[in-house]
Amino acid sequence: MEKTIDQIRDDALSEIEAAATPDDINALSVRYLGRKGAITRYLRNISGLPADQRPEAGQKANQTKKLLEGLFDERLEALAGRTDSDSRIDVSLPGRAQAPGMLHPVTRISREICEIFAGLGFDIAEGPEVELDFYNFEALNIPKNHPARDMQDTFYVSDNIVLRTHTSPIQIRTMEKQKPPVRVVAPGKVYRCDSDLTHTPMFHQIEGLLVDKNISFGDLKGILTTVVHRIFDEKTSLRFRPSFFPFTEPSAEVDILCVICRGKGCRVCSHTGWLEILGSGMVDPAVFDNVEYDKDKYTGFAFGMGMERIAMLKYGIDDIRKFFENDYRFLRQF
Amino acid sequence: MKASLSWIEQYVPVEMNISDLAEALTMAGLEVDSVENRYAWLDTVVVGRVISVEPHPNADKLQCCEVDVGGGTILPIVCGAPNVAKDQLCPVALPGTVFPEGHTIKKGKIRGQVSKGMICSAVELHLGTDKSGIMVLDSTYDGKAVTIGESLPKACGMSDYMIEIDLTPNRSDCLSIIGIAREIAAIQNKKIKYPDFSKGISSPYETSGETSGEKGEISKMASVTIEAPDHCGRYAARLLDSISVKESPFWLQDRLMSVGLRPINNIVDITNFVMMETGQPLHGFDFDQLADKKIIVKTAGEGEKFTTLDNKERTLSSDMLMICDGKGPVGIAGVMGGLNSEIEDTTTRVLIESACFDPISIRRTAKRLGLGTDASHRFERGVDPLGTVNAVNRAASLMAQIAGGRIVDGLIDEHPVKPVIKPIALSLEKTHRLLGITPDAEEIADMLEAIEFRVRIEDELMVTVTAPSYRVDVERPEDLMEEVARLYGYDHIPTTDPMQPLRACQLPKLRVIRDKIRDIMRGMGFCEAINYSFISENACDQLRMAENDPRRSLLHILNPLTEDQGVMRTSLIPGLLGNMGHNLAQQVKNLKFFETGKIFIGRGQDEQPEEKEILSCLWTGARQPLSWHSKEIFCDFYDLKGSLEGLLAALGIDGLELKEIPDSACDMTKPGAGAIIFVNDVETGKIGEAHPDVLKAFDLKQAAFIFEIDLDLLIPMVPDEIEAVPVPRFPAIDRDATLIVEKKIPVAKILDAVTNMKEPLVADVFLFDVYEGEAIEADKKSVSFRITYRSLEKTLKDKAITKLHQRITKKVIDTFDAGLPA
Repeated sequence: MEKTIDQIRDDALSEIEAAATPDDINALSVRYLGRKGAITRYLRNISGLPADQRPEAGQKANQTKKLLEGLFDERLEALAGRTDSDSRIDVSLPGRAQAPGMLHPVTRISREICEIFAGLGFDIAEGPEVELDFYNFEALNIPKNHPARDMQDTFYVSDNIVLRTHTSPIQIRTMEKQKPPVRVVAPGKVYRCDSDLTHTPMFHQIEGLLVDKNISFGDLKGILTTVVHRIFDEKTSLRFRPSFFPFTEPSAEVDILCVICRGKGCRVCSHTGWLEILGSGMVDPAVFDNVEYDKDKYTGFAFGMGMERIAMLKYGIDDIRKFFENDYRFLRQF
Repeated sequence: MKASLSWIEQYVPVEMNISDLAEALTMAGLEVDSVENRYAWLDTVVVGRVISVEPHPNADKLQCCEVDVGGGTILPIVCGAPNVAKDQLCPVALPGTVFPEGHTIKKGKIRGQVSKGMICSAVELHLGTDKSGIMVLDSTYDGKAVTIGESLPKACGMSDYMIEIDLTPNRSDCLSIIGIAREIAAIQNKKIKYPDFSKGISSPYETSGETSGEKGEISKMASVTIEAPDHCGRYAARLLDSISVKESPFWLQDRLMSVGLRPINNIVDITNFVMMETGQPLHGFDFDQLADKKIIVKTAGEGEKFTTLDNKERTLSSDMLMICDGKGPVGIAGVMGGLNSEIEDTTTRVLIESACFDPISIRRTAKRLGLGTDASHRFERGVDPLGTVNAVNRAASLMAQIAGGRIVDGLIDEHPVKPVIKPIALSLEKTHRLLGITPDAEEIADMLEAIEFRVRIEDELMVTVTAPSYRVDVERPEDLMEEVARLYGYDHIPTTDPMQPLRACQLPKLRVIRDKIRDIMRGMGFCEAINYSFISENACDQLRMAENDPRRSLLHILNPLTEDQGVMRTSLIPGLLGNMGHNLAQQVKNLKFFETGKIFIGRGQDEQPEEKEILSCLWTGARQPLSWHSKEIFCDFYDLKGSLEGLLAALGIDGLELKEIPDSACDMTKPGAGAIIFVNDVETGKIGEAHPDVLKAFDLKQAAFIFEIDLDLLIPMVPDEIEAVPVPRFPAIDRDATLIVEKKIPVAKILDAVTNMKEPLVADVFLFDVYEGEAIEADKKSVSFRITYRSLEKTLKDKAITKLHQRITKKVIDTFDAGLPA
C-alpha cells in the first residue's frame, strides 16, 4: 500500500530535522522532489485515484511539495555556514607564492628625500653624468690648477670631459636656463676614483640650490634643519661649522648628532658624537657672475649630501660596497 | 696638517684641555681629524731600579741584571749597555711594549739567559740622541720623587699631543704651527708671541716689504736674477759660511718628529723646522756647488733632464720654473732641490733660498711630475708674500746657533712683483642680508681685529678692512663676511625660513615615469639592481654585439680604478649577468632583476656621449618554486614577455609587437628564442633567452631570459591624459573558432587578421589554445580563439552574429589556407 501524503510529509519533516549538512538536505530534496522522488511519484499516481478524491489529493500534494521546497531552502541556508570534514581546509598551509619585488635602498632613500624637498616647493632636475669640465668645475669657481680640485678625485675622459664628481653642474645648467627665484634639487649618480669601506667609485648625491632676493645663511640653516628632521627625527640636532667649498662662501659642513649613540660616542661617529652628512654654503658671487645673475640683487644657498651615507645610517649598513653587489639577500630586505 | 701641542705652546699658552681644543678648532673651521698622545706607547715603559749586575756567562759585552719594576716584581734582564750599574733608576720596557719602528719586546733568552724586558737608551725611546748607554733617570722630576714601577711619561711629567687637522685648501695660512697658534690665540682672545726671527743678525732688513736688491757683503759673493717674474715674484737669500753639518740637537729632532717629519741633518732640519713654523718653504744649497755663484730663476728647456734630491731623473717641460746656477738647473722651483747641490756632510757654505712662487705654476709642475712635496703643497695654496725675509732670517739665525755658522753680512732680496694688499670695503647692509645677523660696525671691527685684520669704520654702514698678508684667501667682501660668520659662530646665527611665494614643484616627465616603471616592475616581483656605470671593454664581445653596433662606440675613462671598469657602459645587461653570477655563487638561483639607468654612446673622447635611459630585465631560475601546490616550474620566454606586456599595459601603451630575430642577426639572444621589440612600430629593444655564448662569457650555467628597452623612446609614448569611454550597456556574444594552419605562421598574424578587418561589432579577439601533436599533421598546428561581439547601441541577434562569425572565419581560412578540425 502506498504511503498517504500525510505519512510522506511526516517522514520528510523528521528526516529534515535530522539532516546535519547541506549534502544531506540535497539528498533529501532528490528523494522527495526529484524525478523519482516520493512526492513526484505520488503526484503521478493521483490520476489513479477515484475522480472525486483527485482534487483534494492534488491540492494536498502540491501544498506538501511547496512546504518541503520552502523547508529545504530554509535548512540549506541555515546549514550553509557548516561543512563536512572532507571539505575542511588546512589554513596553515602556505598560499601560492606571489613574491613581491623590491626597490633598491638608494632608490628608496632618494625618493624619500626628493619628496621632502618637493613638499617644500623645490623642483627636481637631472643632468648629464658625463660632464664638461666647465660645468663640473670652472663655472663652480674651481679653475684648472686650483688646489680645490684635489678635494675630489676625478675620473677623466679627456682634458675637457669628466665623469661628474657631484651633481652641482645641474645648478649651473638650471641657472643658465632660468631666472631667479630658483628652488631646485638635483639627485643622481656621481663618480670619484676612490674605493674602500666608505667609498665607491660611483655613488648618489642630492644637491640643492635656492636663489632669491634676501636669502640668508639663517634660511640655509632653516631649510636644512627641516629636511634633516624629516629624514631622521626632530631629536636629531644639527651642528653647522665653517668649511670651504669653492662655489659657496661662507661654507658650512653640517654634522648631525650621531643617530646611533645620540652623541655619547660610538664606532660609527668615531667617538665624536657627531656625523658629517652635508656640505653647504651661500652661493659664491663668482658663480652668479658665471651665470649672469645680478649678485647685488640676489643671494642664495646650495647644499649637497650623499644618499648612500644617509641609507647606511638609516638602515644600519656598515659597508658602502654592499649597495652595488646586488646580492639578493641584501636587496630583499628593503 | 699635523701640529703638536707643545710646539703650539711656544707661541701661545693653551688654556683648554685637548678635547676642548680639538672641538674649538673644528668649530672655527679647522677640522680636527685625530688627536694622538705622542707618548701613549711609552705607557708600558716603567721606572725600574737596578738591584744587581752580573757578567753574562756566555757573552763578554752583555750583563745579567735584576731590576725592581715595582709591586714586588724583580725581572731578570740581559743588558748590553756599558753604563748599567747597581742602584741606577732606568726606563724598563716591559714585555708587550711596541716601539714606533714596529718591534715588540718579548720574554725570551739571550745567549741562554732569561730576559724579561729591556733597559732602554734615550735614542731607543725617541727621547734624545744619546745612544752610548742606557738612560739614567734622576730620583726627582720637577721636585717630585720618582716612584719605582710608575710609567715613564707619568714619572717624568711627559705630555704632548699630535693634532691632525684636515685643512681646507683656502686656509694656507694654517699650514704652519704659527698659523694654528694664531687661530688658537683668537679663540682664547689672547695675543700670539712671535719668535725673534732675526735673533743675532746684525742687518735683519725685517721690514723688507720695501727693500729690493742685494745688500751688504753677500752682494759681492752671490747674485740672484729672476728671468721669469710672472712665475716668481720674490726671491730672498742669505749665505752662511763655516758651518758644520751634523746631527741636529734633540729638541730640533723632536719638533720635527712631533709633526711626523724625519730628521736628516742640522741644515735640512732647520729649513724644515722653519717651514713648519712659518709656512714658508726654504731650500738650502751647498754654495760651493753653485757654478759662478749665481742663482737664475727661469723656465726649463723642453725635454731637459734633471735629477732631483730623491735620486730620480725627471723630464722637464718649458713651462716649469727652475732654479739654475751659472751652468744649469739646481732645483725645481718650489717642488724639490737637485741632487747636484744637495747639502752633504762636507758642506761648509749654505745659501738659503726663501722665495715666493706663483701657485698655479708650482701646481702644474708638481702635477705633471707627479711629485707633491711639503713645499709644493704650500706654494700651490699661497704663502705669505711678506713672510719671505722673516723666514730666511729665522733659518740663518738658527743655523748660526746650531750649525756653528757665520752669517755673511747682508741679504739678497730680488722682488720684481710687489704684493698688493688692497683694503676691502665691507657693506654692513649686505653682510646682514647674507648672514641673517646684525652686528654693528664696532662689533665687526672687534671680531676682525682679533685675527689681526685692520679695520677702519667709515660710517654706520661701511667699514674698510685690510687683511693680514698671510691671509691670501681674503680678497673680496664675501671673504670678510665669511670671517664675520665664522667668528660670530655659525651656531649663534638664528635659524629662519626663506620668505618666498608658494609654488608647486615641477618634476620632469622622465623622472615621474621612471619611478612608475620601478613600481610596476617591483609589483611584478622584480628586484631593483644598481650597477656601476663602468664596465669592461670586452663586454661588447661578451654580448656578441655586431661590428657596426653603435653600442661599440665606447667612451674610455683615462684613469679607471681597474681594467674591468675601463669604459662607460653601453648596455645594462653585463651588470645584470654579473649580478646573476654573484647570486648563483651564493646559492640563490631564482632571480628576477631589473635596472634603470643610463648608457653612454661615445661620440669621441672630446665630446660628451649620448646618454640614453634604459630599462633592462633578467629572469632566471624557477617561475614557480617547489611548493606543496606544484613542482618547480622554470621560467621561460613567455614569462618575461608577459612582464613586458604587463609593464606596457600598466603604462597605458598599446601596440607592442615582437618580431623574431633572424638567426644570422642574433647577438645577445639565442637563435630562435629572441625578438626585436616594436612599440607602435618603433624599434625599442630586444627580448629573448640569453645566447649560450653570452652565458659562457659570464661563466653562467643556468638559462636566463633578458630584455633591454630604450626608455627615451618608450616614455614619450606614455599618454599624458586618460580619456574614459562609456562602459557597454548591452550584452556581448562570444563565438569560438578553431583552425588548423601551417606551423610556421605566427599566431599573432591570424589574430591581427581578424582585428584588421575592422568589423565594428568585433569587440575583442582572444587566443585560448594552441596545439601541436597527435591527431594533427606534423607541420600544422591547431589554433583556437574566441571573438567577442558587441554593439554599443543594441542587444545583438544570435542569427546575425552566427552569420558574421562565419564570414570572418571564412576570410581567415582563405587568407591562411587553413583547415577545420576533423
